[in-house]
Amino acid sequence: MAGIPHDHYEPKTGGEKWLHSRLPIVGLLYDTIMIPTPKNLNWMWIWGIVLTFCLALQIVTGIILVMHYTPHVDHAFASVEHIMRNVNGGHMLRYLHQNGAHLFFLAVYLHIFRGLYYGSYKAPREITWIIGMLIYLLMMATAFMGYVLPWGQMSFWGATVITGLFGAIPFVGEALQTWLLGGPAVDNATLNRFFSLHYLLPFIISALVAVHIWAFHTTGNNNPTGVEVRRTSKEDAEKDTLPFWPYFVMKDLFALALILVVFFALVGFMPNYLGHPDNYIEANPLVTPAHIVPEWYFLPFYAILRAFTADVWVVIAAEWITGGIVDAKFFGVLAMFGAIAVMALAPWLDTSRVRSGRYRPMFKWWFALLCVDFVVLTWVGAMPAEEPYATISLIASAYWFAYFLVILPLLGVIEKPQAAPATIEDDFKSHYGATSGAPAE
Amino acid sequence: MLKKIAIAAVAALTLSGGAALAAGQAGHVENVDFSFQGPFGTFDQNQLQRGLQVYTEVCSACHGLRYVPLRTLADEGGPNMPEDQVRAYAAQLEIFDAELDDFRPRTPTDHFPMSNLSNAPDLTLMAKARAGFHGPYGSGINQLFKGIGGPEYIYSLLMGYTGEEKTEAGTTLYENTAFPGGWIAMAPPLYEDQLEYADGHSNSMEAVAEDVAAFLMWTAEPKMMARKQTGFVAVLFLSVLTVLLYLTNKRIWMPVKRKEKNA
Repeated sequence: MAGIPHDHYEPKTGGEKWLHSRLPIVGLLYDTIMIPTPKNLNWMWIWGIVLTFCLALQIVTGIILVMHYTPHVDHAFASVEHIMRNVNGGHMLRYLHQNGAHLFFLAVYLHIFRGLYYGSYKAPREITWIIGMLIYLLMMATAFMGYVLPWGQMSFWGATVITGLFGAIPFVGEALQTWLLGGPAVDNATLNRFFSLHYLLPFIISALVAVHIWAFHTTGNNNPTGVEVRRTSKEDAEKDTLPFWPYFVMKDLFALALILVVFFALVGFMPNYLGHPDNYIEANPLVTPAHIVPEWYFLPFYAILRAFTADVWVVIAAEWITGGIVDAKFFGVLAMFGAIAVMALAPWLDTSRVRSGRYRPMFKWWFALLCVDFVVLTWVGAMPAEEPYATISLIASAYWFAYFLVILPLLGVIEKPQAAPATIEDDFKSHYGATSGAPAE
Repeated sequence: MLKKIAIAAVAALTLSGGAALAAGQAGHVENVDFSFQGPFGTFDQNQLQRGLQVYTEVCSACHGLRYVPLRTLADEGGPNMPEDQVRAYAAQLEIFDAELDDFRPRTPTDHFPMSNLSNAPDLTLMAKARAGFHGPYGSGINQLFKGIGGPEYIYSLLMGYTGEEKTEAGTTLYENTAFPGGWIAMAPPLYEDQLEYADGHSNSMEAVAEDVAAFLMWTAEPKMMARKQTGFVAVLFLSVLTVLLYLTNKRIWMPVKRKEKNA
């Protein structure tokens, strides 16, 4: 494998050689698990393992849930209650699956923001970043369709609102929405296709995860300094790195176990805390809930969607320029997808030559503000569409775009970065090295 | 400087947000201390049996429990009724059997009847489909410590009648402090000394409302006790695993970190 120089698998016995010359699978696994990993990785580098665990958990629990679930508008809600009451361990499986989605998104957001702070998206890791963004988009699609399956009130009305977004696209919107739903409104055809896709997409995500891992195993992991591993020789590389097994596997498993303690406390003691009570009412097309609120992990982008109302000057300007083609509704849809698009374009919008935010004194503050902004967006997304939330969400949405489109490009020019350590080894020593000048042994 | 501005901005937003929420229309939900609250809370089986009696004598006149199989009344994590009692309870409820083309008494494998009135919602999941105060400032912190508030909502609704009535489009509406909007079509279902409990437990309105709210929590979440037990074992097991992995990880990294220290 191109990448950091390290020892490769050498087949020893006759049987190993026989297999290796035909299918070098042991070598592939060996290189994957023994990959040289920067030894200064901090605790923000554990979310990849947590995400892998979540994907496996969701697929395993999901496959069993499918054995007992009925994707039909007349039976879906009752079949979920059947799982909760009559299937052995069914209540636990369903709560694990439901709360697994929450852990999945918590981990993905921390993983993404880790990447944003330490510049993991920058060259040569753009492909890893783009694949990651695709995974994130598919995760949102999967979670959204999964939320429709229990066929509760929020399932139904959430599906109605979100598929309505496609109806906002000029000219083709209405036809597109009908095509997506399989009819004029959310109904049995919609439930069936969402069920089918909810089962399919996780396997596409799995494939993309493999590509994601392949990509960063080629470039090597980023690390808190953003300084690359020395590749001049195997000896130099070994000063900067440690093999993934056992050093990082154990570290990650420890972190995963700690997170699972909290996760199982949530599942065991308050499994409905993060859910919405209305979803325990069966879907009823004739009764609209008072507040249609998506799950928390959609709220930041839901807030951006709602922020651009018809009285905002950019929306008025856009409508005037396009001759009414881009109305407030379509503008909101563009803003929501645009918010994710600008994040995906971060590798090309960030002009700074310094990778890690640790050595960027101005960037640090703007990044901290972005984190606050994300929390504020999550919060206003759950609030009713009225003042003062409308203004807050507008300001918070504007900052989201400003960060990627204005601040990141400008900072690279005006900011004076601090000196990063020359090597990862230096950084590691500054943490664990003797500060009192202990004698060398 | 930037940090100060950010903090000030967040504080200002949070405070102004709260004021607007307070002006909302949500009903008032009392906090009740139920036996099943908290990580170690369990259902009180006597209370569930009393709640079943209230449900049978009062609620079931209009409401149903369509998702609850009658046999689960014998569940250990539920009312834990003797099987012959469950059989007798089931037999007094009729069901139309398409195969017989006639009505027959229910057996424990049948479910509770559905609602009798089209505007009386099914009560199976009511305790999970309603919630208490989701605050402050929409943060959900109150629910984190006091529970989501479904059974409290049921209790508050039953106790929340003010006695005021009005007629709108031929329907009598009753003022209720817990119901969103303040006016509900359901007539006050409970009054003092309405029923007698065989176990001599207080039959005050408060006690009766609490009992039926607890019973409906069970119908909504029949596996709660098993779930908490699984959760407890999982947390215990994973805590031990976490400690072991912490020690393993420390041991593995020790030579690396020490070598660097002494280099």
